[in-house]
This record gives sequence, structure tokens and C-alpha cells, in this order.
Amino acid sequence: MTALPRWADVVLLPLLNVVLAFLVGGLIVLAVGQNPLQAVGIMLYGAFGYGSGFGYTLYYTTDFIFAGLAVSLAYHAGLFNIGPEGQAYVAGLGVILIGLALNGTHWAIVFPLMIVCGAAFGALWAFIPGYLQAKRGSHVVITTILFNFIATSMMGFLISRVLKPAGVNSDESAPLDAMTRVPQLRTFIELFKNSPVNLTFFLAIIALVFIYWLIWRTKFGYSVRALGKNPVAANYAGISNQKMIMIVMAMSGMLAAMVAVNNVGGVQGRLILNFVNGAGFVGIAVAFMGRGHPVGVGLSALLFGILYQGGQELAFQMPGITREMIVTIQALVILFTGAMGDMLRAPLARLLTPSSSTTGAK
Amino acid sequence: MTSLHPTNAQRSEGAAAAPLAIELVGINKHFGPVHANRDIHLAIKRGTVHGIVGENGAGKSTLMSILYGFYTADSGEIRVNGTPATIADSRHALALGIGMVHQHFMLVDNFSVLENVVLGAEDSAFLAPTLSKARTQLKALARDYGLEVDPDAIIENLSVGQQQRVEILKALYRGAETLILDEPTGVLTPDEADHLFRILGKLREEGKTIILITHKLREIMAITDEVSVMRQGAMVRTLTTKETSPGELAELMVGRRVLLRVEKGPANPGKVLLDVQDLVVTDDFKVPRVKGVSFQVRAGEIVGIAGVAGNGQSELLESIAGMRDQLLGTIRLNGEVLSLEGDDGAARARAAGLAHVPEDRLRMGLVTTFSEWENSILGYQHTYGSGPGLDIAKARATAEDYIKKFDIRPPNLDLKTANFSGGNQQKIVLAREMERNPDVLIVGQPTRGVDIGAIEFIHNQIIKMRDAGKAILLVSVELDEIRSLADRILVIFDGHIVGEADPATADETELGLLMTGSHASSGKETN
Repeated sequence: MTALPRWADVVLLPLLNVVLAFLVGGLIVLAVGQNPLQAVGIMLYGAFGYGSGFGYTLYYTTDFIFAGLAVSLAYHAGLFNIGPEGQAYVAGLGVILIGLALNGTHWAIVFPLMIVCGAAFGALWAFIPGYLQAKRGSHVVITTILFNFIATSMMGFLISRVLKPAGVNSDESAPLDAMTRVPQLRTFIELFKNSPVNLTFFLAIIALVFIYWLIWRTKFGYSVRALGKNPVAANYAGISNQKMIMIVMAMSGMLAAMVAVNNVGGVQGRLILNFVNGAGFVGIAVAFMGRGHPVGVGLSALLFGILYQGGQELAFQMPGITREMIVTIQALVILFTGAMGDMLRAPLARLLTPSSSTTGAK
Repeated sequence: MTSLHPTNAQRSEGAAAAPLAIELVGINKHFGPVHANRDIHLAIKRGTVHGIVGENGAGKSTLMSILYGFYTADSGEIRVNGTPATIADSRHALALGIGMVHQHFMLVDNFSVLENVVLGAEDSAFLAPTLSKARTQLKALARDYGLEVDPDAIIENLSVGQQQRVEILKALYRGAETLILDEPTGVLTPDEADHLFRILGKLREEGKTIILITHKLREIMAITDEVSVMRQGAMVRTLTTKETSPGELAELMVGRRVLLRVEKGPANPGKVLLDVQDLVVTDDFKVPRVKGVSFQVRAGEIVGIAGVAGNGQSELLESIAGMRDQLLGTIRLNGEVLSLEGDDGAARARAAGLAHVPEDRLRMGLVTTFSEWENSILGYQHTYGSGPGLDIAKARATAEDYIKKFDIRPPNLDLKTANFSGGNQQKIVLAREMERNPDVLIVGQPTRGVDIGAIEFIHNQIIKMRDAGKAILLVSVELDEIRSLADRILVIFDGHIVGEADPATADETELGLLMTGSHASSGKETN
């Protein structure tokens, strides 16, 4: 891979990719006879222009930060965790069980317990594929995908057959009392009007800082990176590859689990079907766009938050642009930043370093 | 001089009159601030074997990459058969009759020999005619040059030596008249190397030109007609091989006189620090590679394990280092039995006072994408910082210290390890393993791919460790290295220790016979 100055790698390249995605997206908007500039305007206004919209943006961003960090952490250990979707879903069970058990208790007590309990469930759901990878060599990509399906079926069964209270028509658990739910920011800050952004947002910020510290400032993180970059050298260094794989997968599941705290504990106040709604998969795109670095993950999570919230606004305001078109634009961003993220790398490297940048003659 | 079709006879008639296959005039190449090639002039006569020697980082590979179209020179001219040529890429180079055999082979592992040979040189959309044509040509090439390889064999089933032959066939199939070989014997067993030299000899007889990049002076003396010495990006001198000596070449390479023999006093063996009993070890495919080996290494001595590569040395080293579980037998470090639980045995071996310089530094000893300082603590990371945090300041101070003590260049602890030369990468590993004051040091191929200046330094460091009372186990495929460093030599063949020899009195032929399993009944016969 060609070497780029760090600032170009972390900031310039992702930015260019996003611009490119929007240019192509703009062409599509133009092709259906709508004004792309107006569309961008509406999108940005929807995401930032008023309190409630901004709150929604931050709410989505929270989900994407956790899912993105989950994928990033595993990726540093050379593991491709495709399963945050299922891990978050199963974690929802942990969150609602502790919530219902302590229903009526003040959130200040329940919130930390929701974090712990949700994390335990999410960790378990990721630990099993980790265990199978470490001890049996079953590839986590395969097992985590399968565990997403298992999670969907299992949770569907539990919600509709076990958790659903008698006399309720829709498939959902009993609700939590208002005082037990994770408080939304609008109760402290008027600006956020009726948006769902809640205290979990701050947990996401803390997680970003914590993961940075963990990966680059601790012995554990050093071992994780050694394992990810060269498993043979990690073994040589006395690092137990098997243990590390299981621990990292469990931690990755814990991060994904926080999506459930945000949603079940902070917004729905009950466990509903498919509440994760794709956030786990967006995490994969967020992690790749952010190059596994917490700063990048934070920024790309925000971008996807804008796309989600602004996109909904756009579909609402411009009837000519359908919901499907919004998904197309989101897909373009994933395509250009993820799958084709390195397309501009070589030309950019040539532009920034006049003579070839490969060092070291033999 | 102007003949376009030189005959085989021309070469032997007088090298001086031979036309030039390749001529480089005033080649310059910069990589950022590094001046990798400085005003290089080089003339290579057709139908000769031309050696290019120099330390790691002298600019040999850069120069050849320019000739092969991988890099473009900043200035200067390349003439092929007397005609100025611009070589933009390898396709272009091939069209001009220049082929390259890379140090690391460029083969598709799960393709057959035939498929690899035609890859990228298919004549049409249909494969069959190309393949049958190639099959006939391969037969002819095999006959002419002794390049026998089964055309239907799958690459991954071939030995390294055979794979290299496929690389040569690929170049010849594409009509190469000039062959560049980059460190061709680095991966070969002595037998395979001999075979390669026979092939090169045949190629020369048939009028091909060969450029041989190496830092093994013995090979230069054995096969080349002329030799060019490079140092720090510049061409120092071109000599006729017959009129020079290894000593002179070594001096030209490093710019000062180098001791090729290691100076060391007698050993003072103390108590047993490493005790291996009845060890049986399997490889990754559960095939036994070490088949019941027992030996001891005492404090203050160097025990060398001599043997042809692939006779169980790697598995033996990795097993002692705690990286590979044995089937049977025990390993005692400092009297303590090395436990086999889990896959972090290397950590326990280190805790018991062992340090390990692995055979393959790139695959095992270094994380090449880490910066220098990060690799300076690999394996000892848990000793940096008391809590969960990594004491980066302390780690960097350690790296700084190692850089000074081992003269690691460039002295930049933030540089990515992949960007250091082979010799300096090896110094990073050695510094890390030696400076922790271990009781037992096991060393695999300490000077593989390392330039002469660094070899001398590394050898002296190993002797210094011995004189400080450490037990040292040395595995090397370089017999010279074992003979000059070891106090005792154990010969390994097919997973067994088949003999022990005193390096002072051991006869090279006798050792060679032991190493190849030709039982000279444990060295009783004298030649």
C-alpha cells in the first residue's frame, strides 16, 4: 500500500471519498428530475437545522459509534466481526430483563445495571463465535453472520411468546416506567425538543476515548495489534492467540450491546422486534470509513447519523425523492468509503509526494 | 563488436572483445532524501555471468529494478545490445530480452508449472494451443539447460529449488536473453544451489547473459566471470573474478578490512542451563520432524546445530522457545521443566530466562508494520508499565538505548520496521533478545540476509554473550558460521542428532557427509 502523510490518510482521503459519493448521488437526484443542491440543503437542515432534528442525528450517531467501535476493536485483532447486529439484538434482552426486574427504580441505579447486563448478553453472543474461532478454527465471519440469523429467530420467539404481556396485540415486552428509563437529553436541554438522544450519547463519547486508550496506550492493546498484524509474531511474543481472540470478541460484543442500551433503555422503554434496524451493519461501514481509529469512527458515525436523519427529512420534504433513493445515496457512501476507499490513494500519493514514496533500497 | 548474432564460441574467444548485452550510463535514482543509485556506470558483456555484490542497502536491487522497469531512473541511460532503451515496465523489459528471477517467487501456488509459465504470455483466448506449444518448448528448454521440472506438477508441491527453476523457465519462455537473479541461493539448500549453478553454467554456454546479485562471496568466486562491487549507492569497481579474492571484494564492499574469521578465546563451560531429553516434535501437519533428540547446553558455551535446512532444526528451536508443543520428552530451562499448557508457552520460556532470535525475523521476530520502538519490546511488553497501561516513555527509552548499543540505522525509533534493511532488522531483534540478560539464548540463522559488516558485529555479540556465561544454542545452515562460532557442533539429520564434532578439528567433508545422512559411521573414518 502506498504511504500517505497521516493527515491525508485520516482526513483528506475519507473526505474526498464522501464528496465523490455525493457527486454521484447528486447525478442520480438530477436524473430523476430533482434539484441536487436543494436536496443537500434539505438534508443538512434536517440533520442540523433545528433542535429536534439535531437530536435525532446525535441519537443515530450514538448507535453507529458503538457498532463502529465494535467492528474496529475486533479488526485490530485481525477479526472481522460481522455480528454487531445480532449482538446488539441479544443485548436488548439483558437490558429489558434488568429493567423489568427493577421496574420503578430510579434510572440512576438502573442505567449502570443496564450497561452491565446488556454488555454481558452482547459479550456472550460474540464470545461463542470467538470461542469457535480460537478453539475450532471456525471463521468468525461465517459464525457471526449465522449468529445474526440465530439472534433474529431467537429474539423473535422470546419477544412474541415469552416477553409479550397478556392482552397486548403488538410483539413487544412490557414497558418500563418513565423514571426507570435512561433519561433523554431534552429533560435537561430544551433544544432537543422531542428527539430521543439520551445519556447513552455521553457513554459513546467516553467509549471513543476509552478504546483509543485501550488500543494505543495499554499492554492489552499492544497485544491486540500484534495479533492483528502478525499472529505468528504474537505467538513468538508469548501472547496467547486463543485467549486474545475470545477476549476481544467478547469486548466487541459489549460495545455492540450499548446500541441496545441506547434504544431499549433510552427510547423505546420496551423490547420491540428488530429494534437494531441495521445499525450493526452500518457499524461495519463506519469502522472502515474511520479506518478503525476512534476519531475516524466518531466522525464517520456522525456522517451516517446525518445521512439517516437528513435522509428521512429529505424523503418527507421532497416527494420526488423516495426512501429507496435515500438508501441508494447511503449505499454510495458505503461503496466509495468502504469498498472503493483506496481508489484515490495512489493518485493522491503521487500528488502529495512528487518522487515515488517507497523507501529503502536493498 | 557489431555482430548481432553472437555465437557460443565468442565468449570463450575473449571476454574483452565480447559485445555488451547491457550498458548502464550515469544512472541516478533518489527515494526522497535517499540517493539510492549515484551515477552508476556498468557494462555487462554478452554471454557472461556478471556478479553484483554489496551490503544490504548498497543499491543493488534498486539498480536491477531500474533495469527491469520497476523503477524509472531520475537520470542516465540504459543501452540494450548497444541501443538506447527506455524501459517503462517489466513487459517492456521482457520485450528487450531481459528477464528477472525475484528473491521471492512470483508464482501462483495452486497452478501447475505449465500454467505458471504461460500466465500473462497466452497467445489467444483459448488456453489449449498455448499450453501445448509451451509443453514442447519446456521440453526443449529442459533438455538444453538441465531445467527438469514436471510441467504438470502443482507449484505448492514443489521444493523451493524446483520453484526457482520454474521462475527461470518463465523468463526463458518469454525469450529472455539476459537473466537477472536476485539473491537466488538465499532460500536454497546447498544441493539445490549447486544444481542452480550448473544450470547457470549451461545458460552461459548457450550464450545467455546472467546478472547475479548476491552477498555470498563464495558464489561470486565460483560462478561469475566479472564482478561489480557497490557501496552506498555507488559503483566502486568492476573486476575480473579470476584476478580478485574474497578478501579484496569484502574490503571493497564495506570500505575497510573485515575479519572473516571470528576471534574468540576458549570456552569455560559451567553448569547445564538448557537440558533437552528425548524430544519428539511434530510440524503443523502433525508429521514428526524432531525424532528423539537429547542434548545439553552449559553456561559459557556455544553449541551449534549443523544440518541441511529442513531436517528438524526449525521445529527444535520453536519447541525450546515454547512455541510448539512436543509429543514426547522434556525441556528444562535452568532446571525448570517448560510447561506445555495453552498457546503462550513462549511467555513462560522467557520468564524462565530464555531469549530467542528466530530463524525468520520477518515472519516471526518482528511485526513489520510496527514502528521500531514497538518491536523493541515485543515479547517483553508486559514488563513496561505496572498497571494495564503501556509505559511508552520507558519503551522508547529502551529502543533509544538499543539503537545506540547496536548501531541500528537509521536511528529513528518511529520508523516502520519494514523500512529498515535486513541487517538492521536483525539488529533490532538481537538487541531486544540479548539486552534482557537471558540465561539461555537460542539463535536461528543469525546472519541470514545480513551484510558483511553486520555479520561481524553479530558474531562478536554472540561471543560476548558466551563469555558473559550464557548458554547459547546456535542453528545455522551456513556451515562456516557454525564452525567459526560454536564450541561444540551437533549434526542434525532427519530429526536425529547423528554426530558431534569439535569445530577446531572437524573436517568439512566429514561434516558434510553427516549432514547429508551418508553415515561415515559417526566420523570414525578419516579421509
